[in-house]
Amino acid sequence: MLKRRSVLQAIGGAALAGPAMVAGLARAAEKVPLTTGLPPGEYDTAVLDALPGKKPLIKLSYRPPNYETPVSYFASDFTPNDAFFVRYHLADIPDKIDPASWKVKIGGEAAATPIELGLSDLQSGFEQVELAAVCQCSGNRRGLSDPHVPGVQWGLGAMGNALWKGVRLKDVLGKVGLKKEAIELVLNGAEGPVVDKTPDFVKSIPVWKALDENTLIAYQMNGQPLPHLNGAPARLIVPGWTATYWTKHVVSIEAVTKPFEGFWMKSAYRIPTGKFPVVDRFLTQELPGSTPITEMVVNSLIVTPGGPVKEKLGKAVELRGIAWDGGYGITRVEISSDGGATWQDASLGKDLGRFAFRPWSYRFAPKKKGQYAIIARASNKAGQTQAESLIFNPAGYHNNVPRPLSVTIA
Amino acid sequence: MKPMMVILALLASSATALAAEQPVPLKDAPGHEAVENVCSVCHSLDYIRTNAPFMNAQTWQAEVNKMINVFGAPASPEDAKAIIDYLVKNYGKPG
Repeated sequence: MLKRRSVLQAIGGAALAGPAMVAGLARAAEKVPLTTGLPPGEYDTAVLDALPGKKPLIKLSYRPPNYETPVSYFASDFTPNDAFFVRYHLADIPDKIDPASWKVKIGGEAAATPIELGLSDLQSGFEQVELAAVCQCSGNRRGLSDPHVPGVQWGLGAMGNALWKGVRLKDVLGKVGLKKEAIELVLNGAEGPVVDKTPDFVKSIPVWKALDENTLIAYQMNGQPLPHLNGAPARLIVPGWTATYWTKHVVSIEAVTKPFEGFWMKSAYRIPTGKFPVVDRFLTQELPGSTPITEMVVNSLIVTPGGPVKEKLGKAVELRGIAWDGGYGITRVEISSDGGATWQDASLGKDLGRFAFRPWSYRFAPKKKGQYAIIARASNKAGQTQAESLIFNPAGYHNNVPRPLSVTIA
Repeated sequence: MKPMMVILALLASSATALAAEQPVPLKDAPGHEAVENVCSVCHSLDYIRTNAPFMNAQTWQAEVNKMINVFGAPASPEDAKAIIDYLVKNYGKPG
C-alpha cells in the first residue's frame, strides 16, 4: 500500500528528535515574512526553510512540500529559480529525474500516431520558443479568505514570473496528428500518491488551449534547466491560466474524445459558475453550478515598502509593485490613499509581454501629516479591474482584493 | 501492519536522509496517536495547525471524511472517530 520513497520522507516528521528539534526551534525564531490576515495557526507553524536547490522560502507544509516565495523577491522582473514557489499535491515525488532518460509519451485514443519524446528530441525537432509568463497557484491568497476555508493557507507568494523556454505543444501535437474527435488533452506528471487509493494528480486542458501558440512544453526557466521542484526535466506552460494546468515532470499527454473524469478535474479546482469576471471557459468540463478554474483574474501587489513605513512630511515614499492578469495585458495601475475615493495613476514599467508581471511605481508625497492606507488596483485590456471586496468561494480562489499598506507621515 | 509500524520497519532498513522535514508537534491529548498513525502516512501534520482554529466540528468532520473516502486514508471507523474528536477539541473553532 505504501510506496517506499514517501515513507522515508515521512520518517523525518515522525521520528526525528534531538538536533532536528533544536534546529526547528532556531528556525522558528527567525522572522517569517508573512502578510496579515492569515489563520492564527499559520503564524505558529510557518518557518523559513530551504528545500534542496532552493533559498529559504516560507514553509507552509513539509510533505508534500508547499513553500511560498517571500514578497521581496518580486522586486526583480523575473523571480529567481531558487526562490520560485513550490507546490505539490501528493508526496510521492521522485528525488530526481535523469534528463537523459526522461521521456514524455504523447498519444491517447484521439492521437493518430502516438510518439515518445526525450529532451534532445524536444530541443532538436521543434522550433524553440521563449515566453515570459506568470505561474500562479489557483489558491494563491487562499489564507486571506474571510471566512477562512480549508486547504494550504497560501499568503501572497504562491506565484512567480519566469522566462520559459521550450517548444509549442501545438507543434508536438502536429507531429502526433490529432483526430477531429479530440476534445481534451490529459496531462500527467511523474509524481504520484503515497497510497494507491489516492487519485493521482492528473489534469486536462481543452484542445483549443493546447493548440494555442503560447502553450509550451518547457525545459528551461530563466536561462537554466528547470529546478527539480519546479517540474524538471520539462513541464507544461499554460500562459494566462492558473498553475494547476502547468503539469510538472510531464510524462504523459493523451488526446481524448470524452471529458476526463478524474477527481482533480471533476471535484477540485472548480469555481461557482458566473461568479467571477473570466472570459475563458472550459466547456467540456462544466457542470451545473460549477466550472473549472481557467484564467487568472487581474491583480496587483505592492512589493516595496514591504511593510508599514513612517516618513517625515515633505519626504516621498517610493512605492513599487507588480500587476498581472490572464494575458490580456495590464493597461493601468492606480493608487488610492483615501480608501478608494480618489485614484492616481502609477507609472507602468517595462512590458515583458502580456503574460508577465508588469512592474509599476508611484511616488507618494502627501501634503498633510497622518496615517494612510495605500491601496493599488490594476486594470487590463479586457476592461477588468480588481474586485473591491472578496468574492467568496469555497476553495478560496481568485482573491484579487487590494491589500492596504500603512504609511505614516509625521 | 499499522502504518506507523510500516514506517518504522522501513526506517530500520535505510538511513537515507531524504527529507529536511522537521517534527510538527501537536497537542498531546486523546486521539493524538491515531492522527500520527493515519494522517502522517500521506502528509506532514503542519496541515492541521495551519488550518486552525477556524475549522468547526462540521468542517473537520468533512475534511477527515474526504481524506478517508476520496483520498483513501487508511483509517478504521474507530480511528476516524478518534481523529475527528481530537481535531475538533484541539484544533477546532470554539463553539
